Amino acid sequence: MKTLEYQKIVDTVADLCMKANMHLNNDVLTAFQTSYDNEESEVGKEVLEKLIENAKIASEEEVAMCQDTGVAVCFVEVGQDLVITGGELEKAIEEGVRKGYQEGYLRKSMCHPFTRKNTGDNTPPVIHTRVVPGDNLKITVAPKGGGSENMSALKMLTPAQGKKGVVDFVVKTVEEAGPNPCPPIVVGVGIGGNFERCALLAKKSLLRPLDKENSDPELREMEKEILQKINNLGIGPQGFGGRTTALAVHIEMEPCHIASLPVAVNINCHAARHAEAVL
Amino acid sequence: MAEYHLTTPLTDDDVLKLQAGDRVYLTGVIYTARDAAHKRLLDLIEKGEPLPVDLAGQIIYYVGPTPAKPGKVIGSAGPTTSYRMDSLTVPLLEKGLKGMIGKGKRSAEIREALQKYNSVYFGAIGGAAALISKCVKKAEIIAYEDLGPEAIRRLEVENFPVVVANDCHGNDVYQEAVKKYKKQ
Repeated sequence: MKTLEYQKIVDTVADLCMKANMHLNNDVLTAFQTSYDNEESEVGKEVLEKLIENAKIASEEEVAMCQDTGVAVCFVEVGQDLVITGGELEKAIEEGVRKGYQEGYLRKSMCHPFTRKNTGDNTPPVIHTRVVPGDNLKITVAPKGGGSENMSALKMLTPAQGKKGVVDFVVKTVEEAGPNPCPPIVVGVGIGGNFERCALLAKKSLLRPLDKENSDPELREMEKEILQKINNLGIGPQGFGGRTTALAVHIEMEPCHIASLPVAVNINCHAARHAEAVL
Repeated sequence: MAEYHLTTPLTDDDVLKLQAGDRVYLTGVIYTARDAAHKRLLDLIEKGEPLPVDLAGQIIYYVGPTPAKPGKVIGSAGPTTSYRMDSLTVPLLEKGLKGMIGKGKRSAEIREALQKYNSVYFGAIGGAAALISKCVKKAEIIAYEDLGPEAIRRLEVENFPVVVANDCHGNDVYQEAVKKYKKQ
């Protein structure tokens, strides 16, 4: 039976926190470049150019690309045949976040909701664990900034509102957010499940690389339709106007109750950060 | 759209000539403050006590930087979303605050207040934090160190690139942008 040491998990999570915050993935950089080539607004082009430059500086100097280094959202897949030794899995992840945010000079952004007293080490992380077949441990760290998270929304639509209701709600959410969530954004949409499940689906959809198509043809078409509508809004990079309001729309969908049509829109800023490791 | 190089503190004439959409490069001293620091400043004003900094002619930058790596002046330091400060801004304008730097739209109340107090709201590039940190030549905490990233810092900046988002004439770059680029 495969065993995995507590400390190995700690060190891996710490590395992922730093990696995700400092090195923007190539799919996002490519999307910046494509948007730059297609952007008709002069100031929009300038913004995209500076974002590319910013990502380069962050990566070369190993500093955070954005000062908001986010809530450490961790997606964990635990193989059911894996044995973890030396401590608890969730404690290891928490310690990894503490270590990564300290050693990486990342901002500690977690605080008490009312007193606003900072926890001082960016814990607790938000951990989503799934037990899967096999004996691997897959960890994805997706630091999520507050500015774009604040512009996210969830609505329990009626079944009669249907697909059109979903499309309209997503576009309206992005329109109302306007310049606030740091466009160009990535829009994660969760449809179905129930109240909490659709939010998780929306978050999870943000992990998909920007250059990877949705495997479901119906959702793929819907993503294209919504993206077109969003980019017709004219908000543009940073809201200064232009064609690039969103880089991508990602949808995940699951069955839901006969009475409901839950939909969640999780907006991600252009710093679409995530890093993963398989142990 | 014009381009200006301005030195802080800002004068009434500096503010009057700015139009939404203008590009501005700021040089000089600016102060950082975001949610928690604003709350403390307003508490002081309510009690009639002096503020840790004289705001007349000054600019507040809405930012909570990352910790500085050894040898660096400051960590990554891009703007945070400004609307959260909307309900906390007018008392600072009354104290002479001439400018704010952040990202995203402001409320109708603030847009009107900018006209009344002859002040300006600049938008910086959200998320360009590593790049913007290069404009910061000196940084020191001057109040509320216990707030960590939310402490008030005195920054000396050089050619900090911003766009006039709301001028003192009632114009709004975000509304104008949508008008210009929206497709039906």
